[in-house]
Amino acid sequence: MNLAGRDIRHNFGRFVLTTIGLGLLLMLVMGMGGIYRGLVQDATLLVDRIDADLWVVQKDTRGPFAEISRLPSNMEDRVRAVPGVASSHGFVSHTIQREHNGLPMRITVQGLSWPEDRGGWLPIVAGRPLGQSHYEMIADESLKLPIGEKVKLGKDTYTVVGHTRAMTSPAGDSMAFFTLHDAQAIQFDTSGEATRLERSARYARAEHIDLGRTQPQTIERSRGPASEIPALGPAVISAVVVKVQPGIDPAHVQSVIAKWPDVTVYSFEGQRELLLGGIVDRSRRQLGLFRILLIIVSAIIMALILYTLTLDKLHDVAMLKLMGARNSVILGLILQQALLLGVLAYGVAYIIGQWAFPLFPRRVIVTPEDLWALAGIVAGISVLASVLGIAKALSVEPNEVLA
Amino acid sequence: MSTTSHDRDAVLEATGLTKIYGSGHTEVVAVRDATLSVARGEIVALLGPSGAGKSTLLTLIGLIVPPNTGRIAIGGSVVFDDHRMRVNARRFRRQHLGFVFQKANLIPFLTASENVRLAMEINDHPSRAAKQRASELLDYLGVGERADHLPSKLSGGEQQRVAVARALANRPSLILADEPTAALDSVRGRQVMELFAKVAHEQNAGVIVVTHDHRALDVFDRTLEMEDGHLGRPTD
Repeated sequence: MNLAGRDIRHNFGRFVLTTIGLGLLLMLVMGMGGIYRGLVQDATLLVDRIDADLWVVQKDTRGPFAEISRLPSNMEDRVRAVPGVASSHGFVSHTIQREHNGLPMRITVQGLSWPEDRGGWLPIVAGRPLGQSHYEMIADESLKLPIGEKVKLGKDTYTVVGHTRAMTSPAGDSMAFFTLHDAQAIQFDTSGEATRLERSARYARAEHIDLGRTQPQTIERSRGPASEIPALGPAVISAVVVKVQPGIDPAHVQSVIAKWPDVTVYSFEGQRELLLGGIVDRSRRQLGLFRILLIIVSAIIMALILYTLTLDKLHDVAMLKLMGARNSVILGLILQQALLLGVLAYGVAYIIGQWAFPLFPRRVIVTPEDLWALAGIVAGISVLASVLGIAKALSVEPNEVLA
Repeated sequence: MSTTSHDRDAVLEATGLTKIYGSGHTEVVAVRDATLSVARGEIVALLGPSGAGKSTLLTLIGLIVPPNTGRIAIGGSVVFDDHRMRVNARRFRRQHLGFVFQKANLIPFLTASENVRLAMEINDHPSRAAKQRASELLDYLGVGERADHLPSKLSGGEQQRVAVARALANRPSLILADEPTAALDSVRGRQVMELFAKVAHEQNAGVIVVTHDHRALDVFDRTLEMEDGHLGRPTD
């Protein structure tokens, strides 16, 4: 006869409510692990997707994700000339916050090196990759911009041609992909008035220097677009991503580029490590600690619940002992309830989590490994939590029935 | 007459039982040198005022609390002697003893039938056999139609009958009842006492009933009286 099952049947309502309560708590533990996973995956998502062998960034910076990195556009060509390099592309990444349809919208703008890179490697779930060199964008579906939607960014309007899924920046902002030039245009967009003022100031400066006086063309050019003035140089990029030729050791190419005095170069693993160690490390540790605290709280609450359930049954336990029941019968009564409570609460946590996690503002990634680990933890805390109750039950004397 | 049975087939032989609680100035002698025996099929009433030591004597005989001194033999086996238990008390209780108390003390989350079956199943009887016997016992005690009800749905008298059925489940050689009719009205109280007599005579078990109820003494084969821990002379 299963005493635990019959006791639960008798106190069904209370058991159900307890299970739901504990399930919600375990859902938080599960969710915390999922947020942790999401944070790590978001942080490394782009680096993993791009899968570059090397990342070339501004000297002594840890860019382009950890801090600002600026490189001239022609760095792409310099790198491509290094023996062993198969391809090199400029990389532009920056976050903007604009208003669209009256709502604030944060976008991490990513530049693709048109025409070699049209975004074919992206996880496109609807629409298509970029089809022209300007005014198209691939938006993550979390931005809720339908295909065909026109979005004004800076002076230009971009049409959404494709949707990616789960492409977010390390900070959790949704990504949108443009051609490199469009991304730069968005990044360096200034108002017409600011441009006019800059040109006037440039003209005034040119007028008062010898070069301006001796070279009248300089004064004329100073009133034109900045891109037409060779001395000012082209717009900058954030980094250069490098693929080495098959059979070539990336470390060898890295050692060559590392000798250049104006850049720093990271391997794939190095860039990944920078992201995990620098950007998400504190959040990761904080979430980890919070997760541990939640597990401890769950264990304590479970222990209290089981202890209270046992206290309610002490008279019955004394009677069982008086009738001569073995300790295993009493132990089974408490332990089975603890494990059943744990298993059902875990089930509740899983089911509610499946529904609730997609509604979270940041990604919650619950992996099978995490689920198994949590199942083990729940089984462990179920047993541990029942120890108090078992100790109490085993200490009851049968003559307490007579009290 | 004496506190011992004249029947040679004694189910209980207790000699010189003493139980002392506390020590020094707080020492209380609850049972003092009590000697008694009960034969199979005999029902014995244990009378006495509150605090006389009746319930304590029952707990000593029931191996719930060990005496300080004395010797107890049940069903021919010496279970306590020379200051220590000679058997596994819990196992012995489930195999050879039945208990009934003032309150029925039924497990509240088990039906009447399950309460009886539980006593057998913890004594390693197969579930089917336990179910069969529970059904027979509940019918025998007149609560067969209430077998599937939880204790909370039974009257006090019905609960006490189920408690008796549970005490009988393992065919104990000795049944110990501590004021089993205290919570019942006189009619139901007498019914329960008659039930014990019936059980003793028909099931050939020894029965000791601690009671204050003098109206039903005629159902007992013998009565013993306790006062201040002394098991005194029997009354007629």
